[in-house]
Amino acid sequence: MTAAALHILRAGPGCTLQDAGRSGWLRFGVTPAGPMDWRAHRAANRLAGAAPEAAALEIGPGGIEVMAEGAALRIGLVAPGFVPSRDGSPLPTAVALTLAPGMRLSVLPGARGTWAYLALARGLDVAPVMGSRATHLRSGLGPLGMVTAGLRLPILPGPELLSLPEGGFDWPAPPALPLRFVPGPQSGALTPDAEALFCTAPWVVAPRSDRMGYRLAGPRLTHAAGHDIVSDGIALGAIQVPGDGQPIVLMADRQPTGGYPKIGTVIRADLPALAQTRPGETVRFRAITVDEAVTTLRRALKDDDDLVASARPLRGSVDLDALASGNHASGFVRGDEG
Amino acid sequence: MIAPLRLLDAGECALVAEFGDRIDTALHDRVLALDAALALSSLAGLIETVPTYRSLMVHYDPLVLPRARLAEHLLHLAAAAVGADAGPRRLWRLPACYDADFAEDLAHVAQVTGLPPTEVIRLHASARYRVYMYGFAPGWAYLGGLPAALTLPRRAAPRDRIPSGALIIAGGQAIVAGDAMPSGWHILGRTPARMFAPGRDPAFLVNVGDLITFDPVDRATHDSLSARAAAGEVLARAESG
Repeated sequence: MTAAALHILRAGPGCTLQDAGRSGWLRFGVTPAGPMDWRAHRAANRLAGAAPEAAALEIGPGGIEVMAEGAALRIGLVAPGFVPSRDGSPLPTAVALTLAPGMRLSVLPGARGTWAYLALARGLDVAPVMGSRATHLRSGLGPLGMVTAGLRLPILPGPELLSLPEGGFDWPAPPALPLRFVPGPQSGALTPDAEALFCTAPWVVAPRSDRMGYRLAGPRLTHAAGHDIVSDGIALGAIQVPGDGQPIVLMADRQPTGGYPKIGTVIRADLPALAQTRPGETVRFRAITVDEAVTTLRRALKDDDDLVASARPLRGSVDLDALASGNHASGFVRGDEG
Repeated sequence: MIAPLRLLDAGECALVAEFGDRIDTALHDRVLALDAALALSSLAGLIETVPTYRSLMVHYDPLVLPRARLAEHLLHLAAAAVGADAGPRRLWRLPACYDADFAEDLAHVAQVTGLPPTEVIRLHASARYRVYMYGFAPGWAYLGGLPAALTLPRRAAPRDRIPSGALIIAGGQAIVAGDAMPSGWHILGRTPARMFAPGRDPAFLVNVGDLITFDPVDRATHDSLSARAAAGEVLARAESG
């Protein structure tokens, strides 16, 4: 009997394993890493029936194709804007499903979106490094490096989970609203004109954006008094303005400390919307208070949980009885739901 | 006159307790004292803290710990900690090799500073440094206390890769490099002691606030120490500073 594994048949660049991040080591210079879109990551885990912060596959902009081996795998997938399918049958962009041995799940790039998440109910049999299974490629920390074609990711032993229903929905596109940020910690680092300009100008996501930071191109922001500060901590979502006056929003793979002024921090609830933009797309910004940001975060968590709970049975679901009898070839499509 | 503590928001999930905007041992002492007091207070919703030269970044979960309660707690602790000792300092003696193979920029530093290379080495090795913070990459320790005679700007072109254990200087500061990374600082030598080893306990030898000085060793000693470090041995010795 083949050991249970998720066989990677094809992988675009930028596929890595990510849990909620390697916390507790920032003071020693260790980047937490973690998912670029934490809301999609968390929802994928929820759909899979895994812990919300469990390690899941982060799929880069080129997509992925995987196959279940040795066991049926219970999977949660959230692929905002991508085109997912199972053995050629289209799937919604957020889905809980069972992948029988030999079945293929394909996630192709679509009209929008940059990061997708594939979570597994039983979890991957890889040991944590410094308390986390998150991957930070630059420092080489994490149990796996880049996830590439040919890899077989071992799955932890567990129940077969064949009797669970399959369901899904389309993950909503973020509303076309300005990204909200909390001003500071270096409020006053820009001239008043530049501060106003930051909130009125459109900003184009630049090609040199990656898991470390999203670079924004637009009008040059003028510093009030120099662009070098004595280094201090960098929060997730910090909006750093270096000497060239072009902001960089620091993302999951950010450095823990830095010496450029940080004029604000994109709120947690809106970071996924920024993460899912593509180079060439435009974003805008709007300042809000900490209290508003916390209210928004609380609402975002509830909204996402409500979405997961609203999953509708799949059209053309797997015939679970046939699967259980080991004869899945005869009955993939049931089509009893409309 | 002690400047008041400022609390600055870094989003809704991090609060910066800022004591000033300079590199200064007195400011750093206050950062360390607050960090130590906070670690003892086991506040629910506190995630982790990052001490830097002049501020303490406090990462928290605002759904568990409201900002107002954290702010009040920090102000209270900071007031109580004025003049308090941040705990015992350890002095680490790190073996350091200044062999030509490891000191790619020694000649350049000697030329710019007008000092003989032996004097550059003596000054660098004998200084007593304070670890102000870690930053940039795992185990990159930012040190204060570099002799003023060794102040020089960064290299015009950064190197693609500075090896792990490199002893580098620029802008009046010194760093012991953890992981191999690109950098524009000048390389003076190398320590075989591993600042960071993911599988070791402790993964990081030196805490922020600890003191470091260097014991020069020859190439043969370095190579033998390096082999022992690779086998997991902790080479550096700590004594109370």
